[in-house]
This record gives sequence, structure tokens and C-alpha cells, in this order.
Amino acid sequence: MIPTEFDYKRASSLDEAVSMLVASGGEGKFIAGGHSLVPLMKLRLSEPSLLIDIARIPDLAGIREKDGKIEVGAATTHHAVETSDLLRRLAPVVAEAAGEIGDPQVRHRGTLGGSLAHADPAADMTAVMVALDAEIHLKGPGGWRAVRAADFFQGIFTVDMAEDEIIAGVQFAPVQAAAYAKLHQKASHYPIVGVCAVLQASGGTVQSARVAVTGASTHAQRLPEVEAALAGKALNQATIDAAAAVAGSGLEDINSDIHASAAYRRAMVKVFTRRALERAAARA
Amino acid sequence: MSTRVPVTITVNGKVRTAEVEPRLLLVHFLRENLGLTGTHVGCDTSQCGACTIMVDGQSAKSCTIFAVQADGCNLQTIEGLAPEGGLHAMQEGFWEEHGLQCGYCTPGMIMSGVDLLNENPNPSEAEIRKGIDGNFCRCTGYQHIVKAIQYAAKKG
Repeated sequence: MIPTEFDYKRASSLDEAVSMLVASGGEGKFIAGGHSLVPLMKLRLSEPSLLIDIARIPDLAGIREKDGKIEVGAATTHHAVETSDLLRRLAPVVAEAAGEIGDPQVRHRGTLGGSLAHADPAADMTAVMVALDAEIHLKGPGGWRAVRAADFFQGIFTVDMAEDEIIAGVQFAPVQAAAYAKLHQKASHYPIVGVCAVLQASGGTVQSARVAVTGASTHAQRLPEVEAALAGKALNQATIDAAAAVAGSGLEDINSDIHASAAYRRAMVKVFTRRALERAAARA
Repeated sequence: MSTRVPVTITVNGKVRTAEVEPRLLLVHFLRENLGLTGTHVGCDTSQCGACTIMVDGQSAKSCTIFAVQADGCNLQTIEGLAPEGGLHAMQEGFWEEHGLQCGYCTPGMIMSGVDLLNENPNPSEAEIRKGIDGNFCRCTGYQHIVKAIQYAAKKG
């Protein structure tokens, strides 16, 4: 499959990338790993007249600790996230979830920022970022902006990002009591349903929880009914089972496709919520 | 007409230069511009892994990369794996353990096996199966491919 013709430029800084995008008058697209964009271009669902390669912008890839938070640059590959010692130590759920994306070849090329900007209804890291309450850092011609992940994902392939903005990276707090559980689609390894759970617990009681789902509906979003069923309760199997039993009751527009019907997805939201909560609880 | 872009790409140790259309996929650059037809096009949708090559030492699907993105990179294809006149341990494993039937997936499967052992020289069977998640075989049922990779791991 051959995409339509386009011109190619390589940006050497964030500012240059944004200027190139503005100059393209809405015709340009950023490319880093290209593992969301290139398939779309081959199908001619996306026909940019200019590709701006941001993969080699210095410091756009990398994982660092700053002021007690963790920052991951937008051009960091899933493989780098998966194998990061820093993340394995301070936020293991992020490394583990990255290791569940696609397959090794895809993880070597695909990037965190690309996955978030593309906002596939069945991306993995979208749910992880929502459950972590991550901030997504954007740069545009007017300067910087930070958006909470739960506000960033708005609908199918739709995010809170202006046409002239770029994702520079994400920032989140270290977390141990968290887990991601996913039902793999066997060929693509997209999640048919994926659930990320983050627990704040002390003295055997859940103080609060953030639980987010992907794959089930138009975009990654929190499951407030699950969070409400956990808050203030004893952290035990009965609490987890009760919370999982209501998972997805507030979800609308459940996806249905050749891989799974809406009814099956609804059932799996409960199953994978339970699994994510059990694994997170084991770390609390 | 889009503007052609000069690229310099090292392939199997040889520096290759060309002026390419930006929309030229890396797999077509290898097969058509360089005549390296060992890398196959299977599904052309980033799923089957028949087009797997090494880009700067990491496995990648060359059907989902534009040649311009590989400018300055060091590539290895199935043709560059073995020493002159010999077989790489992974190729020997596929030969000895009958890790193929029609052979279409084999170059990509071998490159994924090599990538796996680069990261994890002694993988468990489960790790091998996860390591070849990105490669489809429609003949073997994978059992002999797993054995072939185990053979190569044992050989070191």
C-alpha cells in the first residue's frame, strides 16, 4: 500500500517543529515512530502533504525524575519505557503496561507521545495516564500548557490539543499500588478491554482509588462507579469483587466489532477491573 | 511531485546512498532499490512481521517505516546475518529443528529470534512465544519455531 505524496522535513527543536507545523497551514503532521500514522497513511485515511520528523529532537526522548515527579518525553519509545530501571523502581505499572503494547517490533518504534496524541480508542497508555492522573505537557506558538489526562481524552481519536500544538511529555507521581490488566486481541495485541487501577491505601483501608478503562468505549476514561465502591472500604477480596461487579455500569457507547460484541466487552470490563484491582492490592 | 530526499543508510555493513521519494517504504527501498529480497512483504499492515529487520540493533517492521526515517541508521537484514558461506546460529536452528514449511515468514521470524536472544540470551518457552508475538506463521503451528530458537539459544 502506497501513501499519497508528501514532503519530508526534520525538526531539530520543539520550537522549530511547531513553526514548521504552523507554516504548513494545517497540511502537516508530526511523525516520530509513525506506528499509528504510517498505517493510516497507507490506507489513505490520512493524507498530510508534509511530514515533520520529530524523532531526533534532542531531549524529546527520555525518562527522568524531577521534583519528586517522573517525566517521560513524548518521543520515548514503548520499549524504553518497558525497560526503564527508573520506572520499574518508581512506577512499575507504567513499564509493565508498555511491555503489553503490540509486539517487540512495534514497541521499538512506537512512542508514548504518539500514542497519546493519536488517542486510539484501544490504546494502552491512555488508560494508564488517566489512572495515574498524569499531566500532559503541550507546546504551541503561544507557549506551554498542561492538561490532566482525564481531560485530554475527549472522544474517538479526539484530544484537547490545538492544531498547532505538540506533546512534549508527560509527568506523574511515583506509584507502587497500581496494575494494568488487559485482554489482548491476538493479532494486533490492542486491548479489547484494558483496565488500569491505582490504589491509595493505609491501615488496610482504601483511602481512594483511580481506575481507568480503555478499549471499551470511544476513549480512555475513569470508572467513577468502581472508585466510589472502593473509597473508605476495607482492602479485601470482598471489596474488590463488589467494585468489579459495578464496573462499566456508567459507560456509554460500548465498542462492538469483529473481535468482541458490546455485551462481551461489558462483561470483560468487570473481569479485567477485578484483575487490575487484585494485582494493585497485592502491592498496596 | 514531492521533493526527493537524499539518504545515507548502512545496510549489512555497506553504506548506501540514494535520493528517495519520502513516501518510499523502507521495505521497498531494501527490496527494489537494493535488490535485497530476503525481507518479505506479508500483511503490509504492521502485524505479520515478515518484513522484520534490525534498525540500529532493534527489530522493526520495515513496512511501517519510511526510508527517509532511516537516514543515518544502521540496518541489518536476513542477508547480513550469516558469516560468508555459513549459517547464523538462528538459521542453523531453523534448519535443524524444521522451523519452517513454506518459508515466507522465516526471514522475519529469524530476525525476531535474533532480537530476542540479544536481549535475553536464555529465554523460557513463554518468553520465546512472547518474543515472536509480532510474527505470524501460517504453516508450522509455531512449535518447531520455538524449538529452533531454543536451539540457537543453547548454541549461544
